[in-house]
Amino acid sequence: MKLNTPLPLLAATLAVLGLAAAACGSDDSSPDQATLDAAVSNYASGVHSSYLVSLQSAVAMDAAIDAFVEAPSARSLRAARQAWLVARDDYGPTEAFRFYGGPIDDSETGTEGLINAWPLDEAYIDYVEGAPGAGIVNDPGAFPAIDADLLVSLNEQGGEANVSTGWHAIEFLLWGQDLSLDGPGDRPYTDYTTAANADRRADYLATASDLLVTHLRELVEAWAPGGGNYRAEFESAGSNEALRRIITGIGELSRGELAGERMNVAYSERSQEDEHSCFSDNTVSDIVGNARGIDMVLTGSYPGGVSGPGVLDLVRVADPDLANRLSSEITVSMGAVRAIPSPFDQHLVDGVSDDDPGRRSVLTGIESLEAQTDTIVDAAEALGVTINVS
Amino acid sequence: MRRPARTAILAAAALTAAAACGPGRPAGPAPDLGGETTRDDATLNAFGLPAPNLTNEQRRLFERGDSLFTQNWVTAPASTDARDGLGPTFNAQSCSSCHLRDGRGAPPDPAGEQARLGLLLRLSVPGADPVTGAPVGDPAYGGQLQDRAVLGVEPEGRIGIDYQTIEGAYGDGARYELVAPTYRVLDPAFGPLAPDILIGPRLAPQIVGMGLLEAVPASDILAAADPDDADGDGISGRANMVWDARTGGPALGRFGWKANVATVEQQAAGAFHGDIGITSGLHPDQNCPPPQSACSQAIDGGRPELPDSRLATVTLYTRTLAVPAMRGAGDGADADAGVRAGWELFEQIGCTSCHTPTHRTGAADIAALADQTIHPYTDLLLHDMGEGLADGRPDFGATGREWRTPPLWGLGLIDEVNGARFLLHDGRARTIEEAILWHGGEGEAAREAFRLLPADDRRKLVAFLEAL
Repeated sequence: MKLNTPLPLLAATLAVLGLAAAACGSDDSSPDQATLDAAVSNYASGVHSSYLVSLQSAVAMDAAIDAFVEAPSARSLRAARQAWLVARDDYGPTEAFRFYGGPIDDSETGTEGLINAWPLDEAYIDYVEGAPGAGIVNDPGAFPAIDADLLVSLNEQGGEANVSTGWHAIEFLLWGQDLSLDGPGDRPYTDYTTAANADRRADYLATASDLLVTHLRELVEAWAPGGGNYRAEFESAGSNEALRRIITGIGELSRGELAGERMNVAYSERSQEDEHSCFSDNTVSDIVGNARGIDMVLTGSYPGGVSGPGVLDLVRVADPDLANRLSSEITVSMGAVRAIPSPFDQHLVDGVSDDDPGRRSVLTGIESLEAQTDTIVDAAEALGVTINVS
Repeated sequence: MRRPARTAILAAAALTAAAACGPGRPAGPAPDLGGETTRDDATLNAFGLPAPNLTNEQRRLFERGDSLFTQNWVTAPASTDARDGLGPTFNAQSCSSCHLRDGRGAPPDPAGEQARLGLLLRLSVPGADPVTGAPVGDPAYGGQLQDRAVLGVEPEGRIGIDYQTIEGAYGDGARYELVAPTYRVLDPAFGPLAPDILIGPRLAPQIVGMGLLEAVPASDILAAADPDDADGDGISGRANMVWDARTGGPALGRFGWKANVATVEQQAAGAFHGDIGITSGLHPDQNCPPPQSACSQAIDGGRPELPDSRLATVTLYTRTLAVPAMRGAGDGADADAGVRAGWELFEQIGCTSCHTPTHRTGAADIAALADQTIHPYTDLLLHDMGEGLADGRPDFGATGREWRTPPLWGLGLIDEVNGARFLLHDGRARTIEEAILWHGGEGEAAREAFRLLPADDRRKLVAFLEAL
């Protein structure tokens, strides 16, 4: 037998299943096929709608960025930053649709690494404190023309932190390094007027923004109704396989990605470089956005007005107690991450005690996400699906 | 080992097939290559996942180690003081530069079109350190060529590679071409290298399963050694006894292309120092041989640059990466007949004489690694691989012709993870077939058996290796 789950957890799962069966007096409690199909279909509609909403706000951001590079000023820079923040909030929840080789992270055509790669070595892109000549922007010799092909080809070239495209590249070009404790980065708009390589920087920013829109549009198309795309394959793969993908996405996001890489590493290393949106100080919103994505998939309620049966409804048929537990754990974790005071980086400062309320709130968030992940794995088992999450 | 006649192979195949139906015989290769550390994941991230049987606390450390493994080091002094201290001379800015997604590096692109990282040159002069037995570096360049440097410091030189094409043919007449590289140092910055310089090229391998290999009892590995070929099978298998810097004494070498390092921690600390220029408790001094004055005067990023706690974290990370499961193995619905047939051929033509399929780990301080039945397909011993593969550079007890049998787990996923696959110690083999065809010396008989197999059997053997 292959054990992807630690033995005690498996034993606990079996115990839960046993109790549930005993409580119902029947082992016949599984959702009927019509309910399963409706849940799968609602998920597909929800993913499409979520990406569509994300695309729309990214298009608005792209327009604000174009306006900024056309006429750089403190005001147009502020507007571009604001548009990034709004767009970012719509993207965050879509990360619940990752981790199963769907359109976002298909091994051959996936664009996740181009859209949202992180952590990012900012010196790969542009100057940083102490290195005024750093980055692609300041190297016209090696990179005479900045265009989409160049940025795509340079992404993750020579190291995973060598990120040249996506949300965080744009974020860095809008905010610059965050060298303050109480606020975000403070890049002057003159980086786009009188500073060295201002034109190249503007080309870079506009190109990266265009690329992001292009990649989001591809995701919308992959999930659009009408057939001939990933959604068609997804909806015909069988409800078991679809559920495996759906639950894998939220399970992996909940612990390995969100609780782990995005929260625990920054918290434990006290390192701002490991903070998710470190330039804009948007990290807490990012975390809440990701947690909302998990909540959406469980409840079946998505941006753009899509609503229908979610994973929780299915679990409720199979094991009402488990569904109640999962539901309350999600409420707890949503509350926990929303309670983290912003900016996140103030909780990472050397000398801030682990008993500090801010640091305690981060740890509570991590622990609540870890706890709900175990229940998500149990929920998959209750639906007859084995998922493999870190 | 003598080459078995073709009829003998067929007879053996029939016998094995028949025997496999009886009780107690495996019905095919075991899919869980890493025991309970195995993960069933064949995606881009197949090499980068934590073993599923870690505790919560270990998993959190794993995540921190992952971050250290990925992050780029920068020139000191920098505002990001936890990650400054790059160089002064170096080969790469991060662990993941060469082990992208915990995977495998690539040799330089002969056409010069693609920037690729993952190959370095070890340097030494004949002789060994009288205390440790380690190779002695070049007086001006040290033990490794660092081909990059921070601003204001000169890189030591560049890697030069000349290629020669070798033609050959399979038993059925199908032709193949191998590419044989030879190495030199271009643009040496500190005068000529020692006249008797020995150059050893080394490619960064995928790093899954290292903690498991570390937990195989030394006595088991030593028991399989046959240094004088007492059993007369043409295969010696020698242990490399190396210097353990932690205990200050000899120890069994397990890691590195010549098994020249005893532990994962020392492998990691050595790579931080030699490849990225990061000092640690095990390597407290900057790597600046005497003539390199700008290097020795460069500002460091702390003493050491990598504190013990962070070395421990990245070591735990490296030890606990999950091993990906085989595809198409086992006896379930997904079992692939070609994979199974290839697995049988792998044994029949003698590959398992060195690529030992199965080991059992012993005690380990990380419970997830202890008492696991694993299938790394290596004996962790040194073998003479013939003149074609020899780098002529001894390393502790390894001669210039000897290489450690590399583990084969993950072999079939390198392309998926890294977008390309370059095999053997310097990446010269562009396919699995080429890697086999390069085997000489103790591997010659098995190679010849492969070369003479019918094309269909060759395909099956490769299908098995692709499933690893």
